Amino acid sequence: MKGMNIMVVGVGGQGTLLTSRIIGKTALSAGYDVKLSEVHGMAQRGGSVVTFIRFGKEVAEPVVEAGDADILISFERLEALRYAHYLKKDGMIVVNDSRIDPMTVVTGAEKYPENIIERLKQKHNVHVIDGGSIAAELGNSRVLNSAVLGAAAKFIGFSREEWVKTVESTVPPKTAETNIKAFNKGFGE
Amino acid sequence: MKEKLLMLGNQAIARGAFEAGVKVSSAYPGTPSTEISEFLAKYPEVYAEWAPNEKVALEVAIGASFSGVRSLCCMKHVGLNVASDPLYTFAYTGVNGGSVIVVADDPGLASSQNEQDTRMIARSAHVPLLEPSDSEEARVFTKYAFELSEKYDTPVILRTTTKLSHSQSVVNTEERVVPPDKTYERDVKKYVMMPASAIGRHVAVEEREKRLSKDASSLPVNREELRDNEIGFITSGVPYQYVREAFPQASVLKLGIINPLPIKLIEDFAAKVKKLYVVEELEPVMEEQIRAAGIKVLGKELFTRQGEYSANLLKKAINGADDEVFAPEKVPARPPILCSGCPHRSVFSVLNKLKIHAAGDIGCYTLGAVSPLSVIDTTVCMGASISVLHGMEKAKGKEFIKNWVAVIGDSTFLHTGVNSLINMVYNKSAATVIILDNRTTGMTGHQDHAATGKTLKGEETYAIDLHNLCLSIGVPRVFTVNAFDVDALESKIKESVSGDVLTVIIARAPCALLKGQKFPYVCVSIKDKCKKCGMCLKPGCPAITACDDGTISINQTMCNGCGLCMSRCKFGAIEKVERV
Repeated sequence: MKGMNIMVVGVGGQGTLLTSRIIGKTALSAGYDVKLSEVHGMAQRGGSVVTFIRFGKEVAEPVVEAGDADILISFERLEALRYAHYLKKDGMIVVNDSRIDPMTVVTGAEKYPENIIERLKQKHNVHVIDGGSIAAELGNSRVLNSAVLGAAAKFIGFSREEWVKTVESTVPPKTAETNIKAFNKGFGE
Repeated sequence: MKEKLLMLGNQAIARGAFEAGVKVSSAYPGTPSTEISEFLAKYPEVYAEWAPNEKVALEVAIGASFSGVRSLCCMKHVGLNVASDPLYTFAYTGVNGGSVIVVADDPGLASSQNEQDTRMIARSAHVPLLEPSDSEEARVFTKYAFELSEKYDTPVILRTTTKLSHSQSVVNTEERVVPPDKTYERDVKKYVMMPASAIGRHVAVEEREKRLSKDASSLPVNREELRDNEIGFITSGVPYQYVREAFPQASVLKLGIINPLPIKLIEDFAAKVKKLYVVEELEPVMEEQIRAAGIKVLGKELFTRQGEYSANLLKKAINGADDEVFAPEKVPARPPILCSGCPHRSVFSVLNKLKIHAAGDIGCYTLGAVSPLSVIDTTVCMGASISVLHGMEKAKGKEFIKNWVAVIGDSTFLHTGVNSLINMVYNKSAATVIILDNRTTGMTGHQDHAATGKTLKGEETYAIDLHNLCLSIGVPRVFTVNAFDVDALESKIKESVSGDVLTVIIARAPCALLKGQKFPYVCVSIKDKCKKCGMCLKPGCPAITACDDGTISINQTMCNGCGLCMSRCKFGAIEKVERV
């Protein structure tokens, strides 16, 4: 693999940061140069958040720009639509099938777009994952990110073993077992 | 021992300071600089603290330096305004132990009130400034800054930006080497900046800057990369990465020292390329000096002074083309909002109901300016809420501010708000000040402060009592109210704004995201009691959404059971139950 530009997007508090760190660490242990860009501070508070991971032989810019993303991982449908134009022509979207209304929708100022998945499919390769159900099945809503990551990992590359190793060393030790289970369910048997 | 790790720029700065043998660090949290202190605090060998503000923090670092050890001070760009008083004179005294000031600029305003450029301040204060472009350089330059500091007898600024501070890249760590402590010797001409000594030190500052200007071109922090000679770029910091991404074939002069500029090096490079661009975010600090040296360059006529750059931005500015394939979709905005269970929402919902304007301050609660709460009218800088309201009262009288309050967080109040309150007491104000006391520094990610009872190192300490502090400086009326007790808040606010006595209301409840918070209850809606009035939606809690039939539903995962929606419902259609 030459390298890859990946974006993880979602709503502040959904765990995009942890997910991107797992991807970055996995690529680093596979011997790549890695850069990762995060969002901290006010932008986190329930707002739209985006983190970037780039790996390859040598990486300069720490962010992925519009038109350059290989994979867009989204924890929420509207956020997938917001950042879809970052994809390359043959890029891939892995989207968690959930809806979180932004305040602009709650107050009635704007409407939540309809048929997002169908709209995305018209232009892009889309893989839909129901991370919420997997997390509910495992009895911990906080492992949703690992399920979504598992689904995306298949399209990124690296072996299941390599992924599981970084998931285990990155998530809080108490939740490692459940996170690995969620990852595996997303990844598929 | 070298170990390859993926590190945040901020973590790498902390690592560099640790390796340089730093012994004392003081800082006030501020995005995007906060994590430097948090990472540094993890090293038991380093004393690291949160100071109430950046001025105090820098003075602590100065004291440590005078005593003869290496010291560090970290802040965001606007923090340097607060610390500029000691900064300008620290440039005169110089150091004993090396001293480095890390200042994090925020081009693009990820979490700030302006886009000022620290490189301009470094110039006017005559303080050398280094700028790294990735995490490894952040580590190496931080170490090198301590060497420069001691060699040239000056504090050194290490400038970072949001993109550097909050990006991770590969770092090779090295061992910590602590230089021997320097002895302290009384030296009135160097350390007592009264006119007679300062006159002499001003001469020393100029001599030092001349010497460093000459030496700057041979410092190991600059790098000339000669490739194609058609186009050359002079750049530094993260913009260097954008240049490399957008124009991999172009020649680049990558500068590590920005103040003073290595003019000789720039002249040599300019002679080697046909067309020369200066790429720097924010102000044309390098460009203007390069032009003044008689070198022809292209810069701000092509590139904006606003926001962050990117490879695409450079390509568009120079070639008129970029890589975009798809047009962005039109989608509803998702601005940041106050969290579910946030005590600020409760206070703001009361202010909103009473149609009261608020002079605001810096913190999560600045979000009270936007819909649906819409109560904050002004935000300037840390501590300004109280003084701005005082200015209004003195300009137009108590009558004008009878539907106004000042709102300020607990950490911000201790930062600089308390000074403004002293002014209100002294100058006979009759205003109302609400301290939004959520027991932490919230927006920067929950840092302790002088009223939380914990230090940066996690040790127990005395917690300053805000209520008694206000009484002790002479505020005639001080009330402490549970921030979720909307009835008590409402009556106290009404009574205060209409009265003639300076009043402080401390609205207290911990931040919903504070570690160790337990949420034993959740709110549930009782569908058949709901009259679809929408009152519960007014405070804008993200856990509540309106259903298609006009009733509401409460997301049980998001709800923290604060009960604000319940207190707004007149029909008993929302109940608090134990979380299952």
